[in-house]
Parts: sequence; C-alpha cells; structure tokens
Amino acid sequence: MTSLWFYRLSNDERAIRLQNKNIGEFVTELVKQAAGSIDAEFRDSVLRIRIAGDWGWREDLPSADPILAALAAETAPSRVEFDAAALHHWSSLLMVELIKLVNAAQARGVALDLAGLPDGVHGLLRLAQAVPERSDALRQGERLSLREWIWRQCDQGGQHLLEIVRFIGELALSLLAVKRGEASFRWSDFWLYAQECGPAALPIISLLSLLVGLILAFVGALELSLFGAEIYIANLVSLGMTREMGGLMTAIIMSGRTGAAFAAQLGTMQVNNEIDALKTMNLPPLAFLVLPRMLALIVTMPLLCLYSDLMGVVGGGLVSISLFDVSLQEYLDRASKAVHLADLGVGLVKCTVFGILIALAGCLRGMQCRGSAAAVGAAATSAVVTCLVFIVLSDSVMTIICNRLHI
Amino acid sequence: MNEPCIRVENLTLAYGDFVIQRDLNFVVNQGDIFIIMGGSGCGKSTLLRHLIGLHEPAQGDIFYGAQSLPNADARQRRRILQRTGVLFQSGALLSGMTLAENVALPISEALNLPRRTLRELASYKLALVGLSGFEDYYPAEISGGMQKRAGLARAIALDPEILFFDEPSAGLDPISSHLLDDLILNLRDSLNTTVVIVTHELASIFAIGDNGVFLDAEEKTILAQGAPSRLLAECRLEKVQRFLSRGASGAAKFESD
Repeated sequence: MTSLWFYRLSNDERAIRLQNKNIGEFVTELVKQAAGSIDAEFRDSVLRIRIAGDWGWREDLPSADPILAALAAETAPSRVEFDAAALHHWSSLLMVELIKLVNAAQARGVALDLAGLPDGVHGLLRLAQAVPERSDALRQGERLSLREWIWRQCDQGGQHLLEIVRFIGELALSLLAVKRGEASFRWSDFWLYAQECGPAALPIISLLSLLVGLILAFVGALELSLFGAEIYIANLVSLGMTREMGGLMTAIIMSGRTGAAFAAQLGTMQVNNEIDALKTMNLPPLAFLVLPRMLALIVTMPLLCLYSDLMGVVGGGLVSISLFDVSLQEYLDRASKAVHLADLGVGLVKCTVFGILIALAGCLRGMQCRGSAAAVGAAATSAVVTCLVFIVLSDSVMTIICNRLHI
Repeated sequence: MNEPCIRVENLTLAYGDFVIQRDLNFVVNQGDIFIIMGGSGCGKSTLLRHLIGLHEPAQGDIFYGAQSLPNADARQRRRILQRTGVLFQSGALLSGMTLAENVALPISEALNLPRRTLRELASYKLALVGLSGFEDYYPAEISGGMQKRAGLARAIALDPEILFFDEPSAGLDPISSHLLDDLILNLRDSLNTTVVIVTHELASIFAIGDNGVFLDAEEKTILAQGAPSRLLAECRLEKVQRFLSRGASGAAKFESD
C-alpha cells in the first residue's frame, strides 16, 4: 500500500517524504528496545503500577486510561505505588501519562508513593504542579445558534460602519488642526509617498491599460465588423477608457499596490508600538502618518487615470490600425471627436473618488490593526477587499447619477 | 559525566569582511550550564546563532560529539537540530497559532502522534513553565514574560539534550527571572540537559553558571574562561572584573593585596 501511493507522488513530494522518513528512522534508531508498557496490579488495597520497557519518543506507546479507570472504580485503593525497575529510557510521553495518574489519585485522596520512579521524574512532577492551573484563564469554545450568529454578524457590521465614520471624523479634525498650525504636516513625507504612488506605478499601469484597450478593441471589432463599422472601434475604445475603464483599472491596481501597502505599513507600526510612541511625543498619528499618505494618493490618482486613458487609446489604436484597416489619421480623428470634455471629467472625478476611498480603506485597516504579525497580514487583505467593495459600490452609484443627469 | 558535548575549534565569526570574533576555542561539557558573557555588541548572540547553525562560520569548526555542524549534510544537520532546543530573546512564538499549537509543532513534525496526546504533551510543557490553562491563548494576548516562558515550553518540547537561551532574563522582573533560573536548574537535574546561555544578568550568571567564556569587543576574542564565580575570584583582567562586579573596579581588589 505504502509503495503504491509513494510512486504516485511527484519528485519533490517524494523528497520531502523521504526526509521525514529519515526523522522517523532516527527516532526509532535512538530507541531499539521494546515499546514501553504500563500495567497495574491491585492487591491488599494497594494499586501497584508497573512501568517497563522503553518510553522514549515513539509512536507505539500504550495509554494509562485502563489504570485511570481502575483509580476511578468504586473501591478506591488506599495507596498507589510505582515500580519502574524495568524502565529503560523515558521522555515527556511518560510524564504525560504519569501526570494524569497522579492528578487522578490526588483528586480521589489516595496516598501516593512515588519512590519507585526515576529521580528526574520527581523534579519534573513537582515543577508541573508548582503553578496551579489558572481556571479563570481557561477558555470554553462557544457554540452559537444561527440567530445569535446572525445577530453578532450584524452587530459587528454596525461596529465597522461606526469605525469608518469615526475615522473620517478624526481625519477631518486633524486636517483642521494642521490648517490651524496645531499639528505639523510633513511635506517631505508627502513627496516621498507621491513618488511611491505615482511614477513608481507607471510601468504596471502602462501594461495593464494598454492590454485593456486592446481587449476593448477586439471585443468591439467582433460585433462592429459584422456591418463593416470597424471605424467605430475608435469611439468605443476612447469613450470606454475615458469614462469608465481608465479610472477603474487605475483604482484596482492602486488598491492592490498602494492600499495594501498603506495597511501593512501602518499595521506594522501599530504592532511595534511605533504609533503609541508618536502619541507620547505629542505627534498626532493621523496628521503625521495618515494625512500625507492619503493626500499623496488622492493627488496622484487623477494623473494616473489620465495616463491610463491615453495608454488604453493607444492599445485600441494598435489593434484597429494593424488588424482592421483603419488608418492612424482616421483613428485619431474619430477618437478626438467621440470624447467630450465632460466624458474626461466624469472619468477623472470617478478616479479621484476611488483614490479617496482607497486611501481611506488602506489607512483605516492599518490603524485598526492590533496584536501580532498575523494581524498585519489580515489588515492588508482586509484593506484590499474593502477597497474593491468601495470602488465597485461607488462606481455604480456614480454611473447611475451620471445617467440620470444625462452627463 | 563530564564528556564534551559541543567543541568549538578556532572559530571566526564574521559578516562579510567584518570580523566580530576570532580564534574562539572552548568546550561545553555534558550537563553543564555554560554562560556566554561579554559586554553589549561583542558578538555573544552571533556566537549563539553560529552554534545553532543559523550562520556559517567564516573559519573554524563546531563539533557536536564527533559531528561537525558546518560540514554536516542536510540529514546530519536535522539530527543535530532535533537534539537541541532554542529560546530566542522575544520568545519567537508563531503569532498565528495558539500556545498549545506552538508547543506541539516540533513534536508533530518529528512524530506521528494522535491529537489528544499532542494536546496533553503541550499542556504538560506549558505546566512546566507555569502556564497551565493558557493553552488556547494566542501569543499577542499574553504578556512578554509569559511569551518568553511559552517559548521555553516550545524549546523543551522534544526533551532536547542541549538548550540554547538568548538573553532569557531580558525584560523579566527579578522574581520571574529567578523562577526561570530555577526552571533551568530543574531541567538540567531532571533530564541532564546541557544549557548554553547568552546573558549579562549577573544574578543568574552566578546562580546557575557552571562554566563560561568571556568575550570582548575590542580584543575580538575570548578574554577568559571558567566558572563565573572562579573568574570573579581569580581572574586579574580588569575588564572581566569590572563586568562581574558591575562596574565597581575590581582591579583594585588585586592591587591592594
């Protein structure tokens, strides 16, 4: 059986299994004696527990459960003795069973005679019982009914909303403080983050926007070529990119690239107590850390969006000129006539709103981070998810508004 | 009982071209509590990291029994590491796991035991360090001292033959640090564990140290070696005396006699 599944494994997996097997070999090599045994003899109201063989680290050791049952039986022994004369080697696996026996005996008020156990065991037993269990520390696994679960989820949702509102309020207050000169705004940080959000993101935005333009052109061309209207590819791509796709692509890229980074940076600082340190130095963390980041992203987003629009139009142009017999002159002409200033404005406004939301979600999740290294990862994940939800929700709302207003 | 457990020969520690310590020679005996002493920044922790194989030595060799650690292949290295347990300065618990899962991790890696046994083993190890009842807590939910003790429970999970401690008492109150010393002594007496400790906590150096080396940042090598109490009584080097008597110039003691 073992050989069968073994050969189905890939080479890498096999190497790993082999390595693990080596550890197993090593453990069994260490202890070649017969597996340990534990049994008990009940005579003259004395329970004599005999431990023999090898109790090292191995997988085939017996459990003391039958003896525990004997200890819990109706006629309790008056005394428990141990005999470990035939014990070769022992490890924590023996200690675990012994502690169970000792606890059971003590719980029943049975006298214990530990003299038969090896010397080292005494010290460890004493140590293990030195600090009593903190019963108040014990945790019970909670079982929730469906109704309670739904209620709790709603409650948490409400809390989240409240936290967002509170965060926005604090942001507004710290903006006010900066304006009044009560808190300092770090312009050097602002330029640093602007560089990080803007120019550093250009390569990835170029590539993805170009490809989206290409895709739009292909999808449009399929239908338009049915009635020989390939020339309208230009309208489709340029309008699609400027009104919708440019901003959306920029937002999605920036939420993964920058929103998550903000959350991770602030989360790490929160975990390392750096934010508490700032507070004690009288530097409000929102003005010091959050405002420069948010402002940098909000300023760079529309610029990135413009660039993304341009790259998308270039991508569409590549397809229509090379594959669909549209001349460069025609393409540019069509594109420039199709896009009005209002379309460009709608796209830029949308993208600015996305920028605000991404910066808000990233910084909020980072500042909310509590605890440990794992919490930082959770904060980054949660930041990206929150960003995407915000982006799609706000985009739908704004699209509906534009439609109603005939913009 | 006094057989050598770790033997260090002509060891040179360096980061690139920057030499931290050179020509280190010492032996850690089986069952000893061995202290690596020295001022801040002299390379104590770096030496410890070399001893447990986290860094490759620039020169020289480290022997566990007859096996050289730097020249060991992957399998031999695993064998050596399986015999050792390490407690890092901050405990280094995995933050995404509960204390019980942290402690059971090395055990479940080495042996295929039922979940119940793993859980009982973890509870027992946590009881040894005085953390009974905290099995289901996450590291972030307990104090720094408790994290350190939980780290110790993980280090002793597989009953190691050799235990390494990096600044075990840093950040602990005097009582906890005393309890930790007791725990180390108790483990040594019960399991005959060899213990290697990096520390500059004088109270524990004298309370538990059987042997040790004194490193120096300027000479870049071992200034003195031997039992800490003997060093205090006999070593005539001013640096060692000042360190062991807390800056009160010990050299004067010898000049007057």
